[in-house]
Amino acid sequence: MAQRFSDMFLAFMSKLTSKYSIYLILLAMLVICSLLSPAFFSAKNLSNISRQISITTIISFGMTMLIIAGLIDLAAGSVMALAGILSVAIYKATGSLVIAMVTGIVIGIACNLVSGFVVTRFKTPPFIATLAMMTSARGAALLYTNGQNIYQLDQFVIFGQGDIFGIPTPVIVMVIISLVTWYLLNNTRFGRHLYAIGGNEDAARASGIKVNQTKMTAYAISGAFVGLAGVLFMSRVNAGLPNAGIGFEFDAMTASIIGGTSFSGGVGTAMGTLVGAFIMGFLNNIMNLLGIQSYLQQIIKGGIIVIAVAYDIMSKNKKTASQLGNIEERGKEA
Amino acid sequence: MVDVPLLELRGIEKLFPGVKALSEMSFAVQAGSVHVLCGENGAGKSTLCKIINGIYQPDRGEILINGKPVVLRDPLEARSHKIAMIFQELNFIPEFTVEQNLFLGNEPVNKFGKIDWAAMRRQTVALLEQEGLPYRPDTKLKDLSVSDIQMLEIIKAISYQANILIMDEPTSAISTKEVELLFRKIAQLKSQGVGIVYISHKMDEIFRIADEISVLRDGRLIDTRPASELDIETVIKLMVGRKMESVFPEKKPQAPGPVLLDVQKLSQGKTFRDVSFQLRQGEIVGFAGLMGAGRTEVVRALFGLDEISSGTISIKGQPVTIRNVQDSIEHGVAMLSEDRKRYGIIPVRDVKENMSLSSLERVMGRFGIDHREERKRDTEMSRRLNVKTPSLETLISSLSGGNQQKIVLAKWLLRTPDILLLDEPTRGIDVGAKFEIYKLITELASEGKAVLMISSEMEELIGVCDRIYVMSKGRISGELQRKDFSQENIMKLALIG
Repeated sequence: MAQRFSDMFLAFMSKLTSKYSIYLILLAMLVICSLLSPAFFSAKNLSNISRQISITTIISFGMTMLIIAGLIDLAAGSVMALAGILSVAIYKATGSLVIAMVTGIVIGIACNLVSGFVVTRFKTPPFIATLAMMTSARGAALLYTNGQNIYQLDQFVIFGQGDIFGIPTPVIVMVIISLVTWYLLNNTRFGRHLYAIGGNEDAARASGIKVNQTKMTAYAISGAFVGLAGVLFMSRVNAGLPNAGIGFEFDAMTASIIGGTSFSGGVGTAMGTLVGAFIMGFLNNIMNLLGIQSYLQQIIKGGIIVIAVAYDIMSKNKKTASQLGNIEERGKEA
Repeated sequence: MVDVPLLELRGIEKLFPGVKALSEMSFAVQAGSVHVLCGENGAGKSTLCKIINGIYQPDRGEILINGKPVVLRDPLEARSHKIAMIFQELNFIPEFTVEQNLFLGNEPVNKFGKIDWAAMRRQTVALLEQEGLPYRPDTKLKDLSVSDIQMLEIIKAISYQANILIMDEPTSAISTKEVELLFRKIAQLKSQGVGIVYISHKMDEIFRIADEISVLRDGRLIDTRPASELDIETVIKLMVGRKMESVFPEKKPQAPGPVLLDVQKLSQGKTFRDVSFQLRQGEIVGFAGLMGAGRTEVVRALFGLDEISSGTISIKGQPVTIRNVQDSIEHGVAMLSEDRKRYGIIPVRDVKENMSLSSLERVMGRFGIDHREERKRDTEMSRRLNVKTPSLETLISSLSGGNQQKIVLAKWLLRTPDILLLDEPTRGIDVGAKFEIYKLITELASEGKAVLMISSEMEELIGVCDRIYVMSKGRISGELQRKDFSQENIMKLALIG
C-alpha cells in the first residue's frame, strides 16, 4: 500500500515536472538569484531585466513561430537594423510617429516576404535564404546611412523610453506580442498549420494545408515583429544605428530553445519562449550583479544552453516511453 | 539427449514507467526452425524482439544463447552474438545508394581506414546476384519503391550471417513475388541451422512457414504449440481471447446510387495510361494488382498530390480540374495514404490536433478555434471509430498502427467527404483493428459514400468490395463483379500484359 502510494506520488511529480519543468526552473532561478544577491529581487531590478530582454524577446516570438514550422530567420538582427533606420529617417522627414512606426513594421514584413518567397518559390533552404537576407539587409542599412549613425530623434524616443503606469513601453509591447503569439499558435488555423508543417510537411500538404502560403504568412508576421523591435530599439538608444542588432537572431533563438521549441520542428509554445527569455535575462543579470567577468559569462551561457536542451530531450524521451506504457495499460483494461 | 535451444528466454519481465509490457515471458527457438509470434498490436511482440536485439534491457529474467546466459546491452552486442533483426519500420538513408545502405556501419576498409569502394561494389553485386534482385548498386534508395527497400533490409540482415534472425512483419510492404523469394530464403536459412523469430499478422503466411507458434496477449505468453497442432481459427481465438464471428462484416445488399466519380482515360507519363472507371454512391470498389501496377499513382493523382498528363475527372456529373490537394478536398474527396508515417500523421503532435487538421474551419468560434467544440467533436469521432488512446492529448506516435490509422481516417471523416480513396487501409494493423476498419468502410458505404480501396490482400478485397478493378502495368486489365470474385480471377487479370 505504502509502495503503491509512493509510486503514485512519484508519477504525479514526474508528470508535474515534465509538463511544467520550464516554469519550475524559472522559479528556482528566482529563488537562487535572490539568495545570491540582495539586489536581485527588487521591483527596480526586475523591471530592468524585463526592459533589457524586451526587444530580443519580441523577435523571439516570431522566431518561435518560424522554428515551429521548420523554418529559421538568420536575418532578424539585420532586418531589425534596416527597419529601425528607415523608421528613424521617415520620422525625421515627416515628424509623424505613426508613419515612422508603420514604416518600420512594413520594412520588416517586406524583407521577410522576400526571404519567404525565396524559400517557398525556389525551395531554397531557409538557412541559406535568410543568410543572404542577413547580408543584404545589413548592407542596405549601411548604404542608406553611409555608415553613419543618425542622432537627434526628439519625440521618437517615447516608443522605447516611455512608460505606462510605470511599466516601460517595450515591456508592454513584449507582453502584447506574447499574447498575440499565444493566440495565433493556440486559437487559429494558421497556428495549427505551423505545427503540422514543422511536424511533417508531406502529411500537412496531403491534409490540404496550403504549405507555401502558411510559410509566407509566418515570415510576414515574424517580419512585423522584427520591424517593431527595430523601432523600439532605435528609440530606446535615441539613435539610428545601422550596426545595431548584430547577433540578435541568436539571442532570439536561444530564448526559443530554452523555452522548449524543437529545432526538428512541430514543437514549441509562446509561453515557453517568454519563460526562456526570462531565464536568460535572470542569468545575465545575476552574473552582472555577482561581478562575473563578461567573457566568462559567454562561456557559462553556452553551457546553460547545452544543459537545457539536453535535459529537454532526455525528459521528452522519458515521456514518450511512459506514454507507450499507458497505451499498453489501456489495452489490458479493454 | 535434450536439444539445447539456440535462443531461450526465461521469465523475462519488462516494465515501462507505470506498466508491465512483458511478464513471465519464456520461449525458445530451436536451430533450423521458424518460431512465429502472433498477437494483437500492443501484445508485446515488438518489445520482446527489441529485448532479443538488445534495444531494450529486461528488468527480470535471462536470455540464453546455446544454453549460456548472455547480457545484451545494445544491438551491437546482439550482433556479436550473431543476432540480426529486420524492422517493421524501414531504416534507411534515402540519399545513400544501395551499396552504402547495405554496408552502413559495416563498410569494408583498407589498412588506412579508407572505405574500399571497389570491394564494397564487388560484394554488393555478388549479394544482389545471389539473392536474385535486379537493383543496381549505385541507385539511391530514394529512387526505389517501399517494397524494394524492404527486400534490401532483408538481405542486409541476412548478410550479417546471423544465427538468430528476427523478422518483424517483413512482408507488410512487399509484393507476392517477393514474398516467395523471402520464403525460399527462409527455407534455405533454416537448412543452414539459422533460428528465426517471425512476427506476422498474415495467417496464410504464418502457416506456410511456422514450425512453432507462440501467441502473446497483453504482455503474456498465452500458448506455444507446434504449427501442425494449430489452425487459423484457433490462433485468432487465442490472440483475441474470443472467437471471431466472421473475418468480414456483413454488408446489406443495396442498389448502387448515382455515379459520384467518373474517371476517363486518365494518364500520367509512363506510370499509368488510359485509366477509366466509375465510383457510385454507396459502393465499395476495390483496386487489385501487383506492386508497381500503378494503383497508388492513380489515387495520388486523383487526390491532387501528383499531376496527370491527360484524361478527365468528373465528380457528381461535373467535370473538375484537380491541381492540388485543396481542389480535391473542395470536391469532397479524401485520401488515406499507404505510407501513413510519411503522408498520414504529424508524429510530434497529439491525437486531437492530428484529427482536427483538415477540418478546423468547422470549429471556428468568434475567438478562433472553439476548443470545447473541437474536443466534443473529436471525442465523439474517436468513440465512433473506437480509437484506443489514454486521452486526446496523447502523442499520436505513441499509439499503435491501428489506432493511428483510425485517427487519420477520422481526420477525413470530420470533413464528411463523399468519396474516400483508401490506399492499403489495413497495412500493418492487427486482426482486431482490421475487422473494425472493414466494418467502418462498410458503414460508410451504406451511409452513401463512395469508397475506392486499394489492397494487396486479395481476401480483403473479396470480403469487402462490391466490384473490383484489376490493374496491371499501368492499365486497368479488367473489372470483376461480385459473383466472379476469386483469387484466381484477380491473379489472372493482374498478370495480364
